[in-house]
Formats: sequence, structure tokens, C-alpha cells
Amino acid sequence: MTTSATYTPVRQVSAWRETLRLVLSYALLFLIALIFLYPFVLAITTSFKTLPEINERPVALIPQTFTLEGYQRMFALNVGRWALNSLLIATIVTVSNVLLSALAGYALTRIAFPGSRVVFLAIIGTMMIPGIVQLIPMFIVLKSLNMIDSYSGLIAPKMVTAFGIFLMAQFFEAIPREIEEAARIDGASRFRTFFQVVLPLARPAIVALIIFSFQGSWNEFMHPLIVITTNQDLYTLPLGLAFLRGGLGQNLQWNALLAGSMLTTLPMALIFFFFQRYFIEGISYSGVKG
Amino acid sequence: MATGIKQQDRQDAIAGWGFMTPALILFAVFVFIPIFFAIYFSFTDWNGISPPTEAKFVGFENFRVLLFEDGIRRADFFKALKNTAYFSLGVVPAQTALALLLAVVVNQRRLRFKSFFRTAYYFPSITSSIAISMLFLFLYQKNGLVNQVLQTITFGAWEPIAWMADPRGLFHIIFGWFGLTLETAPAWMQANVLSLSVWDWLSGPSVALMGIMLLNTWTTIGTMMVIFLAALQDVPREVYEAAEMDGANARQIFFKITLPLVRPTLFFVVTLGLIGTFQVFDQVYVMSSGGPAKTTLTVAYLVYRNGFTNSQMGLAAAIALLLFVIIFTLTLVQRRITEGKKE
Repeated sequence: MTTSATYTPVRQVSAWRETLRLVLSYALLFLIALIFLYPFVLAITTSFKTLPEINERPVALIPQTFTLEGYQRMFALNVGRWALNSLLIATIVTVSNVLLSALAGYALTRIAFPGSRVVFLAIIGTMMIPGIVQLIPMFIVLKSLNMIDSYSGLIAPKMVTAFGIFLMAQFFEAIPREIEEAARIDGASRFRTFFQVVLPLARPAIVALIIFSFQGSWNEFMHPLIVITTNQDLYTLPLGLAFLRGGLGQNLQWNALLAGSMLTTLPMALIFFFFQRYFIEGISYSGVKG
Repeated sequence: MATGIKQQDRQDAIAGWGFMTPALILFAVFVFIPIFFAIYFSFTDWNGISPPTEAKFVGFENFRVLLFEDGIRRADFFKALKNTAYFSLGVVPAQTALALLLAVVVNQRRLRFKSFFRTAYYFPSITSSIAISMLFLFLYQKNGLVNQVLQTITFGAWEPIAWMADPRGLFHIIFGWFGLTLETAPAWMQANVLSLSVWDWLSGPSVALMGIMLLNTWTTIGTMMVIFLAALQDVPREVYEAAEMDGANARQIFFKITLPLVRPTLFFVVTLGLIGTFQVFDQVYVMSSGGPAKTTLTVAYLVYRNGFTNSQMGLAAAIALLLFVIIFTLTLVQRRITEGKKE
């Protein structure tokens, strides 16, 4: 779109219109971005406001008196412990899910063992069962195994997921067989081939699964809700936050609640900004391209 | 030679099952076996507190109470089903359409700040549903940001509402504009169908439920957009370039090229949306606990409430089983419709 002098006046008018259209389109896209981001910005600044100022109208973005009152209140309420719980659980669940999913995904796609097809279908089939439907069966099992109100109840059921196995299987399927066959001819065992040849090749899928698992575990609410019934020391961040919403009474202390919400959001936000492209690649690895 | 192959087969069998064992044990204990338990318990009167072995087998009693006996439990079940259906009907088309639109827009080759827009639109999808619900509870207050923005863009005409405390249905409000209220409604609208009045069935999602619907759309658009983006990036550039050369306009390109090419993804996204919306729970738990006047009571929340706060685990298991059948049927019907359109 050059503005060369050879254009006729009519042409210039349409070039003008084109520019206007462009400016409006970008304005609209930025407005949509604002709708998605502004609530977070407002929540962050509000978490640093004093309670009286939060109730002032109109809502101002920047706090007049900057205070850590909300955060102090959250930490007085054991939020540090809950954050550690969340971190511990998410870490164990993620490591285990990646390892066990990779092992299973590899066996199901690369080793022709009797019964593999049935096992694969049975596991993938469970992805069709909605989480809420699994809620009661999960509770029954955990209660029978005496795992209610325990770390093991929070962790064990999440140590491997059908989604993880599916994602790894999808990826292993795409690695050429010749690569591992070469290793096997050299006399390497299945186990060694897997860890030294196949697993390093699967790095992109593993990174994607690490992110999905960590995110899933960090944000999980329903599972801890039914596992932890009385022991508040075992709360995770989302569970603690939901509990505080009920516990702080009618007059909600918004600086504290929003401080808690932001503490829950922040780690995921950081991971997202640093590993952004893996989030997006991960979705394409999961074979959803139809 | 033959023994070599046989040995190889045996080694493969050992390695295969060996690699599978940890995953299989976990699946057996926490998924496969529990499912049979859950089916069994839906035929019992278990309260969820006493040892499961003490639960009494009651046959189809739970299902009879939910489906055929006029009373509070059937009323609650169908109320929850109605709310969930309105939720799904509102959210699924909105999230799918907006996600596809945004995906097409940010997929444009000439667009600047592309990665900023993608990041911004996707960001809410990665955050905790509980944290987001808390945040929206704050924004939805009577003197909160949402009302303030609505007032500004309507030049003060907007009357602030306490979103999460407002049980009025959308169609109930619209009927009201035409002078139609529960009192003046014709007799057939007050008739009782499956323990709810026709008026109840038709009054639409409540303001509170719409608040959760907006929130849910807002948080899910990003994921759906990225899924569409993955599909769009598989379409060769040449296809679009050829269409542009032939003088096709943006609308023609979208409907004649993009839409047919992403149809399988569209099916996938709608399925995800249906499954997701039929299970909406976290937001209800934090924002409304099913209220006001049970207008945000969803099926998933009803399962939780009956099982874990009302000590009717058997009944809750029955509701969960019915929910599974409903979601499964909807997915099949949806697949039939999407495949039918292809021809």
C-alpha cells in the first residue's frame, strides 16, 4: 500500500479507508485483550489496597495507600503451608505421571505384547468418563483404603493419567522404528533402549506433559475437596481459598481473598510466560488436529 | 531360528507387561474397579459415612425417586438438568464461535503483535478456576466493575444488579417487558411437568447463572482458540493465496475454505465444550453454592451436594450415572449431526 503520487484521488480515498479500517481492527483486538487481562491487573492492584479503599467508588486502578495487609492476613491463615502442599503434590504427580505414562505409552505402541490392544482401548476409553462421574467411585476407594485426609489420597490416584499415556503414545508412534532397531541390534535391552534412545527423542512431548500435569495438579479442586475432609494442614491452595471464601463471613475481606487468588495464579502465570510455546505445541501433540 | 523368534516374543511379552505394570495397577485400583463399585452403590441407600459394607441394596429405588416420584428430589434433579442445559446451550455456541473467530484473526499472516494477542487471549485458560471465580465474585458485586462498565457504556441507563444474588430468569425478565408475569400467565404455564412448572422450565438461565456462563466462556475461549489455531496452521498458505487471487473476499474464504477444513476440529471443540459444560462445578461451589433459589444448581453440584453434604451417597451415585448416560448420548447425537452435515 504505497502512497505514490500516481494514484487517482478515488484511490486515495480508499487507501484512507483502508488505514481507518486497520486502526479500528487493531483497536478492537486490543480491546478484547484488555477484557481478558484487565481483571487480573485490577485484582493485583486491589490486593494491595486497604479495605476502606476497596469499597470506594468509582473503582480506581492504582492504590492510594499501598498496603500488604491482605498478604499478611493470608499468611496468618496458613496460606504458606497450603502453597507448599500444592507444590509438593504437583511435583510428585508430575514426575510420576511423566515416567509412568512414558513407560506405558511406549509399551503400548512399540512392543507387540499379547493383550496390548485391549489394554490400550480400556485405558483410552476412560478418557470418556467425566471427572464428576468418577468422583463417587474415587471417594469409595479412598475410604476403603483409609486414604481420606492423607497425602497419599491426594497423590496416588493422580500418579498416571489416561491423557498422559495417550499423549506419549501419540508421540512414540511418530518416531521411526529404525532408530531403536539399530540400538537393539547392538545388543541393548528394551529397558536401555527406552531410557537412552527413545526417551531423549520424546523431549517435546515430555515437556508438554510436564506442563499439563503440573497445571492440572496445581489448579485441581474437586479431588482435594473430597479427599480432605477435616485436616486443614493438608489443604491445597485452591481448596484453602474456597474454604476462606466461606470462612471470612459476609463482609468479604477482598484484599486478602484477591491476594490469595493472585498467589494461586502467579506460579502458573510465570510457567506460562517462560514456556509459552510448549503449551501451544502440547495441544497439537495431543492429536486433536482431527 | 524358530526358537529365536519365540524367545523374542517372550521377551517382548515380559517387557511389555513390565512397562505397563505400574500404570495398570494404578488404573485398576483408582479407575476400573471403582467404576463397578459406583454402579453397585447407585442401587444402595449408602450414606457415605458408615462403612460401605453396611449399605443396603434397594434395587431401582434411587432411579425411581429421581425420575418417577413427584417430590423434592425429582424437582431438584430436573431443575439441575434444566440449569445445566441452559448453561450448555449458552456457553458452547458462544465459546466455539468466538474461539474460531479469534483463531482466524490471530492466524493472519500480516497481523502485527500476533504473539501478544495469542498470549492475552489464552492466559485466563491456564489459571485456577477457584482463583478466577473469586476474582469474578469481586467484579460481579453490585458496586463492582462489571456494573460500572455497563453503566458507562449505556451512559448511566444500566441499573446496577447484584449478579450472583439475582434469581430472575432471562426469559422471565423478557416476558415481564410484555406484561407477562407468573400471575397473569395462562394456566398451561403453571402446569406441573416433571415436578417443575412450565413457567420454571421456560424462564431461562437466571442472572446468577448467566454470570457463571460469562465467566466460563471467558476462561475457555483461549484453549479452544489454540486448538483451532493448531488446525488452521495445517492449512497450506497456497490454498488461501489461490483463493485471494481468484478474488474471493474474507467472508467467502471463511465459509468456503476455512470452515470445511476445520470441521473435524469443530466437532472436537464442541464435544469438549459439551462435556465441560455438563460438569460445571468449581465455579458454582465458590460463587453461588447452587443459589439463589437453586437457579445455579447444576447436575455436577447436585451430585456433590447429595453425596457429600446431604449424606445420600447412593442417590448421588445414581445421579452421576444418569449424568454419564446423558453426556454419552449427547456426544453421539452431536457426532451424528456433524457427520450428517458433511454429505
